[in-house]
Amino acid sequence: MEDKKYIVSVKDVSMVFNLATEKVDSLKEYVLKLLKRELMMQKFFALQDINLNIESGDAVALIGVNGSGKSTLLKVIAGVMHPTTGSVKVRGSIAPMIELGAGFDMELTARENVFLNGAVLGHDRKFMEEHFKSIIDFAELWDFVDVPVKNYSSGMVARLGFAIATEIKADVLIVDEVLAVGDFRFQEKCKKRMEEMMSGGTTLLFVSHSTDQVKELCNKAVWLKKGRMQMFGEVNEVCACYEADV
Amino acid sequence: MEKIREKFAFGYLFNYMPLIRELVQRDLKVKYRRSFLGYLWSLLNPLMMMCIMSYIFSEIFQSTIPNFPLYLICGQTLWAFFSESTSMAMHSVVQSGALIKKVYIPKFIFPVSRVLSSFVTMSFSLLAILIVMLFTRATVYWTILLFWVPLAFLFVFSCGMGLVLSALSTYFRDITHLYGVLTLAWMYMTPIFYDPAILPETVRGTLQWNPIYHFITFFRELILFGQIPAGHVWAICIGSSAAMLLVGMLVFKKLQRNFILYI
Repeated sequence: MEDKKYIVSVKDVSMVFNLATEKVDSLKEYVLKLLKRELMMQKFFALQDINLNIESGDAVALIGVNGSGKSTLLKVIAGVMHPTTGSVKVRGSIAPMIELGAGFDMELTARENVFLNGAVLGHDRKFMEEHFKSIIDFAELWDFVDVPVKNYSSGMVARLGFAIATEIKADVLIVDEVLAVGDFRFQEKCKKRMEEMMSGGTTLLFVSHSTDQVKELCNKAVWLKKGRMQMFGEVNEVCACYEADV
Repeated sequence: MEKIREKFAFGYLFNYMPLIRELVQRDLKVKYRRSFLGYLWSLLNPLMMMCIMSYIFSEIFQSTIPNFPLYLICGQTLWAFFSESTSMAMHSVVQSGALIKKVYIPKFIFPVSRVLSSFVTMSFSLLAILIVMLFTRATVYWTILLFWVPLAFLFVFSCGMGLVLSALSTYFRDITHLYGVLTLAWMYMTPIFYDPAILPETVRGTLQWNPIYHFITFFRELILFGQIPAGHVWAICIGSSAAMLLVGMLVFKKLQRNFILYI
């Protein structure tokens, strides 16, 4: 057992996608590809030998160009994806990932989604009713509470997602590029909320393409390049190296 | 946390009770959304089906089964539950993609909650059986109180089947198309609207391998004939439902890891 002080420890994690099987959706194709021996080819390392220890209370930014494995790493940490090799340990609760355009049952209304998402985190109806008002307050969606989420704009979906995920205090909060949508005012509000959570001891994992945002919010940074970790350390140093490289 | 990911963890069922309740409620809500009669359909539907089918089979095909309407609705209710719950469970993992991609949840919750919500609607349909009993002035035996026993077997069996189907269909969507045909064949192989005695000797042998036949027979024995089935019937029912659940859990456990890549 390693040191207990790390809230997230990622050990020798590699994530291999099989590009050839990605596209196989039917039995016929599968058999055909199996016969042609095309199945096990085209390996793609989305992540390779990642070792990362995050201390409790840190705010860690993941930076890197598109396709460098940032989102994959977040998903592995969140437990949504299972690494091909290696292991991830998280000591504490994880808030639902906040990412663009995902996470809701589009047929249901905002109200129903709040309760569903709450239940996913193991909270019962009574508990969620107590928090319902402040969630919708924060998302500023009172006019649309009973409208199916499929009719929302992308900014509204992002607001709702952020409001639900940050309402209940979790030990780890994972934010994937969500601040890109939503207007300036809402971005400020989100930043404030994240800072509040961090001062309460929540560990933040944050992906953004804006190094300014990263420097403002985070104290540490991980730089990923083609699935490999280039650098992990103090935020300004890593950002400087990253910017020099790009 | 790390332990949760590794284990299949039926023990965590308890932690996720609110989620299961929420999912079941959602299914029921979506099912009867925008309909005036709502839940009443769960009662009306089997009654109407029974009327049509008992007319066809007793008048046109001259069925000789005593109290055919009751015989029919018993079989039909159980079969409808099995077929609805398993095909709903089959789509459950794919349809819950949005949630699965966002937060870690033990994924078996999705098929199991579908089977559960189907079970809830089926319990409304049980009222239809009572209504038919009343109308046909059927004798009420005390054994009716044990009605939940075959239903429990069927529930466990359907869970196992739902787990297998949802896991396989995530990888191969063909399964969803194939299953429709399979259930049709399976339905005709199950004595829902006919007496197994009319089957030729060779076919009757295969009936013994059909667990649904045993569940339905169990149920009918209790309700129509006031008899508690013999020990070997219990053994078959317990054995087949437990085996199906076990197979379902194993298949699901093995395949669930990479679901995320296919939804």
